[in-house]
Amino acid sequence: MTVVEDKPATEIGRDRRRKEDQRLITGRTRWTDNITLQGMLHMAMVRSPYAHAKITSIDTSAAKAALNVVDVLTGADLGESQGVLINAWAITPDQLTPTHLPMPIDRVAFAGEIVAVVIARSAAEARDAAELVDVDYEELPAALELKDAAADRVLAHPDLGSNKSALWVFDSAEAGSGGDVDEAIATARADGIVIEREYRQQRLIPAFMEPRSVVVDPTGEQNTMWSATQVPHIVRYALAATTGVPESKIRVIAPDVGGGFGGKLQVTPEEWLTWAIARRLGRPVKYTETRSESLICAHHGRDQWQKLTLAATKDGTVTGLKVDLLADLGAYVSLVGGGVPVLGAFMFNGIYKFGSYRFSCQTVLTNKAWTDAYRGAGRPEATFGIERMMDELAAELGVDPLEVREKNWITHEEFPFATVAGLEYDSGNYEAATAKAKKNFGYDDLRAEQRRRRESGDPVQLGIGVSTFTEMCGLAPSRVLGSLNYGAGGWEHASVRMLATGKVEIVTGATASGQGHETAFSQIVADRLGVPFEDVEVLHGDTQIAAKGMDTYGSRSLVVGGEALVKALDKVIEKARPVAAHLMEANVDDIEFSAGRFGVRGTDQGLAIQEIAGAVFAAHNLPDGMEPSLDSDATYDPIAFNFPHGTHLCAVEVDTETGQISMRKYTCVDDIGTVVNPMIVEGQVHGGLAQGIAQALFEEAVYDDAGTLVSASFVDYLVPTAADLISFDVDHTTTPSLTNTLGTKGVGEAGTIASTPAVVNAVVDALRPFGVHDVTMPCTPERVWRALQGGQGDDLTTGAAAAHFHPADTADRSEGAGR
Amino acid sequence: MMKISLTVDGDKVSDDVEPRMLLVHYLREKLGKTGTVVGCDTSNCGACTVHLNGQSVKSCNVLAVQADGGEVTTIEGLAQNGELHPVQAAFHECHALQCGYCTPGMIMQTVDLLNTNPNPTEQEIREGIEGNLCRCTGYHNIVRAVQTAAGQETNA
Repeated sequence: MTVVEDKPATEIGRDRRRKEDQRLITGRTRWTDNITLQGMLHMAMVRSPYAHAKITSIDTSAAKAALNVVDVLTGADLGESQGVLINAWAITPDQLTPTHLPMPIDRVAFAGEIVAVVIARSAAEARDAAELVDVDYEELPAALELKDAAADRVLAHPDLGSNKSALWVFDSAEAGSGGDVDEAIATARADGIVIEREYRQQRLIPAFMEPRSVVVDPTGEQNTMWSATQVPHIVRYALAATTGVPESKIRVIAPDVGGGFGGKLQVTPEEWLTWAIARRLGRPVKYTETRSESLICAHHGRDQWQKLTLAATKDGTVTGLKVDLLADLGAYVSLVGGGVPVLGAFMFNGIYKFGSYRFSCQTVLTNKAWTDAYRGAGRPEATFGIERMMDELAAELGVDPLEVREKNWITHEEFPFATVAGLEYDSGNYEAATAKAKKNFGYDDLRAEQRRRRESGDPVQLGIGVSTFTEMCGLAPSRVLGSLNYGAGGWEHASVRMLATGKVEIVTGATASGQGHETAFSQIVADRLGVPFEDVEVLHGDTQIAAKGMDTYGSRSLVVGGEALVKALDKVIEKARPVAAHLMEANVDDIEFSAGRFGVRGTDQGLAIQEIAGAVFAAHNLPDGMEPSLDSDATYDPIAFNFPHGTHLCAVEVDTETGQISMRKYTCVDDIGTVVNPMIVEGQVHGGLAQGIAQALFEEAVYDDAGTLVSASFVDYLVPTAADLISFDVDHTTTPSLTNTLGTKGVGEAGTIASTPAVVNAVVDALRPFGVHDVTMPCTPERVWRALQGGQGDDLTTGAAAAHFHPADTADRSEGAGR
Repeated sequence: MMKISLTVDGDKVSDDVEPRMLLVHYLREKLGKTGTVVGCDTSNCGACTVHLNGQSVKSCNVLAVQADGGEVTTIEGLAQNGELHPVQAAFHECHALQCGYCTPGMIMQTVDLLNTNPNPTEQEIREGIEGNLCRCTGYHNIVRAVQTAAGQETNA
């Protein structure tokens, strides 16, 4: 008999330490760049220094003659054999989508685009030879600034005739989800409050720590690609769809992946070229980007202008919101980038129940790096817009920002709630989260301190920022994606294998890049099957093992992948039930399953599921016709989105003499429904907060007037350091989601979505007595100082001047270890 | 080519290397010590931090020939006889890593920090690891891990 250890009644809700950690803390990790194959060659890229130029000639002779160089290839050499990069989301039928070759043949459309590839025996030799490739360009005028580009003054792709890619509109009156926003605004103009603002969502860079890397082994029947990607399944599909090689001949492996944040949700030119060149040469080839290449050429995020008009009655009841966006796609329409701003369309109404809404988004092509999803993807921009506007309304009314929110939010009794943007929020309790956050933060005490500092004319002022947010995650019901012209479904797949020894192997199609899937999924299995946590092995990230999957983005792993797993686990239990009945000579209807044991109702007879697994493996004594297997699989298509929410409160100290901002306190209470592993969830929130705070205070991808990215290293692109941040005060409330069995809601993006407006609201709150009502992000000391001198902190007319510097001298940033 | 001899994680090694070869590339490419990784090309991120003669260095900032005659410890040499170093154990216990790419460098830097300052304040910890970038954790749990490894009480 198998001895089954006692285990706690539930694994869900336990702070299980992560299974992933052992290899990561001992340096026994398998990053793509660690992979070395016999006879492997290395690639280096020659990239365009111009934002927009004709390629008039490329002389590769010197490079080809260099030591240990195997070949040098240009776009003309590869032609159509390099494939074409796909765009999976045409948000309108007439969307302008430039053809995107991994390596263009005669014209480059952004600085950093690949014009030649050098293949050599070592990476260093490839890089040396890349310097010898002589390219002649004829520079063309470049479309750079977003508003100029939207006016078609200069064309990013002259053959397309316009930079306007797609116009996407949602109107609540037309959709039947609300009233006419123009009417609401007209009424408010006559007898109410109208607030109009314009906000810039600066261009950001996901800046995952592991640079992207790809290895292709074309030997053998099946061609294998290892790639530092979030989306191996999508990469395999795209390779098959565009190169004519059947899926069954392509294996894509995402081994350990060092962060993604949406930045590795792409099918990249580098992957395509490595694939095409390895197959052409018949030898394994590796390409690993440098950090500067990563910052220049991996996709960027955000980059929008938002024009917002909010209508309210005199007592502060919001009646409508009109949103006009310009969204910079960059030089090409990336995998899902065209649709990212549209995700924001459903979230500009936030947690509020106003009755009219119109959203329009114009996507625009420019001669800059392409944009796509970055942590939150569309929802941070929306949350920023509405939460800044609610603060402006509170200022207009002269009331506390929380009072305005309370007046307008959906109360917990009103769920489920059909929103003006056409979604149904299943559950939520904004009152509870806000009350807890206020208490944890010490809201009243900090407001009192703020008053004291204002009254005493303290040069260091205190600002308090509020952000109450919700987001939609668990992307997404496939029919909804279909209605938005998205090119794929939103389902996820899981399979479960009960092994002969009673151990369990599960496979998920959700590929991890640091989220702790192996641990959280093990907890679900242990809970559902009643087996020890340690006995579960979670496999993922290899298309040969995880044959089906939609990978990881949009906070979908647990809410969609977890639900698929639950369904597969339930199938295993149902398969084991008749075996248990047969072995115990009982009626199937009398078999109960609980805590890992099948019992016969009304008796003390019982068998552990591991014992059933052993019996099924041996297959000596099974019911007639019973398949000797306790394996199962399930594919789950979510029935709805789910809607985590939370209240974030931030206090900053602003030095009014220098513009220096320091974080004083950050408190958040998030409600993500049932929590599987609180420790992992808190970690996700911490990381999200840091990224959202970074948008508010530090990070910006800055191009100069010639279209060169000047923030192309970690000297200039200011990912925050430990010294820039504080410890966070993180807590949660629990309102289970009604749309999945576990009751979970997504958490991966929550911290980022909520924190940016919380911080900017705090900065502006500190400066309001000085007549300041906005500071453009990132709120650098220089911009704060300018705002205090009477501007809005806005130096956007001089793009290059926005190459701001860090509060601490940048030289400090390379200290620490570098003695 | 120049001949170098050094000790890496307790093993005596000797090689001919190009004078321009960086220590991190020597470790990764010649010795297969892939626990140490490269995160940037400007020595800002600290992912490649190892110990050279007992002090932390960014191994992308040191030539392999500069390590000649020296003693190098990487993340792969930190655990002894299958026992995690207390800093490694604290990172695991405090969930101080997510994707784990910065983790080897962060752990090596922390070991050096605690060697020189066994009881640092939170501010000293934050300044002590500011040469190592992490994109996942917001540093919250890393700071707690350093405090835990230092034997300090931490509150959530």
